[in-house]
Amino acid sequence: MASDKSRLGLILLMAPLAIWLMTLIVLPHVGMFLVSLQEKVGIRQYETSLANYAVFFNEPLYWNTFARTAYMSITATVLTLLIGFPVAYYIAKLTRGRTKTTLFLMCLIPFWVSELVRTFGWMILLRETGVLSSFLQYIGVLAGPVEFLYNDAAIMTGLVYTSMLFMVVPLVTTLDSLDDSLIEAGYDLGGSSFSILREIVIPHAMPGIVSGCIVVFMLSLGNYLTPILLGGKDSLWFTGLIYDQFITRFNWELGSAFGFLLLGLSSLIVFLALKLSGQSLGKTMGR
Amino acid sequence: MITGIPQSSGFKWTYRAYVTLFFVYLALPLITVCVFAFNDSVFPSLPWDGFTWDWFFGTEAPRLGVFHERPILRSIGTSAFVAVWVSGLAVLVGTCNAFLFVRHDFAGKDFLYILMLLPLIIPGIILGISILVFSSSIANTLEEATGLWFDGLRPGLILVILGQFSFITTFATLVISARLQKFDTSLEEAALNLGATKWGAIRQVTLPFLLPAMIAAAVVAVLMSFENFNTTLMLVGSDAPLTVTMFDRLKQGSTPVLNAVSLLLIVVSAILGLASLLSRR
Repeated sequence: MASDKSRLGLILLMAPLAIWLMTLIVLPHVGMFLVSLQEKVGIRQYETSLANYAVFFNEPLYWNTFARTAYMSITATVLTLLIGFPVAYYIAKLTRGRTKTTLFLMCLIPFWVSELVRTFGWMILLRETGVLSSFLQYIGVLAGPVEFLYNDAAIMTGLVYTSMLFMVVPLVTTLDSLDDSLIEAGYDLGGSSFSILREIVIPHAMPGIVSGCIVVFMLSLGNYLTPILLGGKDSLWFTGLIYDQFITRFNWELGSAFGFLLLGLSSLIVFLALKLSGQSLGKTMGR
Repeated sequence: MITGIPQSSGFKWTYRAYVTLFFVYLALPLITVCVFAFNDSVFPSLPWDGFTWDWFFGTEAPRLGVFHERPILRSIGTSAFVAVWVSGLAVLVGTCNAFLFVRHDFAGKDFLYILMLLPLIIPGIILGISILVFSSSIANTLEEATGLWFDGLRPGLILVILGQFSFITTFATLVISARLQKFDTSLEEAALNLGATKWGAIRQVTLPFLLPAMIAAAVVAVLMSFENFNTTLMLVGSDAPLTVTMFDRLKQGSTPVLNAVSLLLIVVSAILGLASLLSRR
């Protein structure tokens, strides 16, 4: 009797979770996959085939953009890690008390603000009549106005900026839990700064590095605003192609296939990152 | 702080300079956006033409301020409407999920937990299109079967709310679960010993303990909803939330009224963000 009642309670408690995940995550993705397998053969007539995926592989523009998006996202992830790690180490290990809280908050604040606002800031800084160009003219480095916007470097600046928090926060959290005496012991035993970094600090920070890298990579790959607003006419981004197929050309079948390819790529890279570093999804993301 | 480790002062100063430079890099775009909200020019760029309040309070056409610009005010209202719904739903479902994952053991728990985390690693634009495709196919089927219209399943505010809810709930679940894990269950047992019903104990003992986390989750949900762009863009109908309106303006090129909106957003999000951190303490 009591176990029946608790069983009913468990089912009731599980219902919101089940409805949420089924109707908004699982079924839509299954549906999207099915749509991506449909080939339009006539007006309102469809056949099941891999034609949409064939279109992707036969059109160099599509797979070039796909490869470029992946490559630039990986570059952005590596850059974010290289730039963010020293700062996270500084906050976690070389400051304490109020300074530490203040620095940590200063890292957080920019990211409570909409990505649109942040990108807008970079547009004002980098455009031809913008702050950077004017400043460089003022100090005499440049003779005339220069356009810093609408190129790959601008996209990279924006991507790294946008994802920095998601690298720094997990890094600070894991580095914080590293006992200082371990580092001191490393020095006492005659280790150099580099070997201590390689053999003590980095292995300990690995869960933070992995979860940071995964989130940054996902955010870059799925980013739409930054590449569209900061990139030039040639800097296509795969999410831009998906948007075009869905909204501009109204070709949902091809758009769904693109969506699935992007999802496949991101899942693959997340899987590889977890496997290579021996981490699990629950452990790295569930914090 | 690690003391007693020999480091040259040259290295120390280089390191400090690097960290300082990093924070300049973080602050620069936001400060720039705010400063140009006060530039007395119709373009948000240099040269600096003097200080003005026009982009906040201006009443006439080329220099229309935020507080008199109807489309922007309306989209702020739309965003607030969406944010309140998303936040309420996410906290409600997140609280149930927290009890489920922290208090119960059942077959398939690990699998469900991973499934619950998945929205974090699905790109927002894909969440958007998958929900768009799915709801449209349901609407088509229903309309063919019944001959009625199902506008709620077409792009519009309902889909925007569902789309944002689909991933913000994961965050709410994680925030509330973290607090529930710290709860001492003997307090609940004491309430039961004193004659409380199971539900009464949860309502009067456990939920008050969870309240700070629920408020924090609600505030974070409002922030995430307000600033969401990717998922919203794919699901938006005729009522555009603020980010979509701003994006359209930004593509066309706009007056510094956008800077004024951004300044307000920065101030409000900073306050809300700090509030969510304080309420979690």
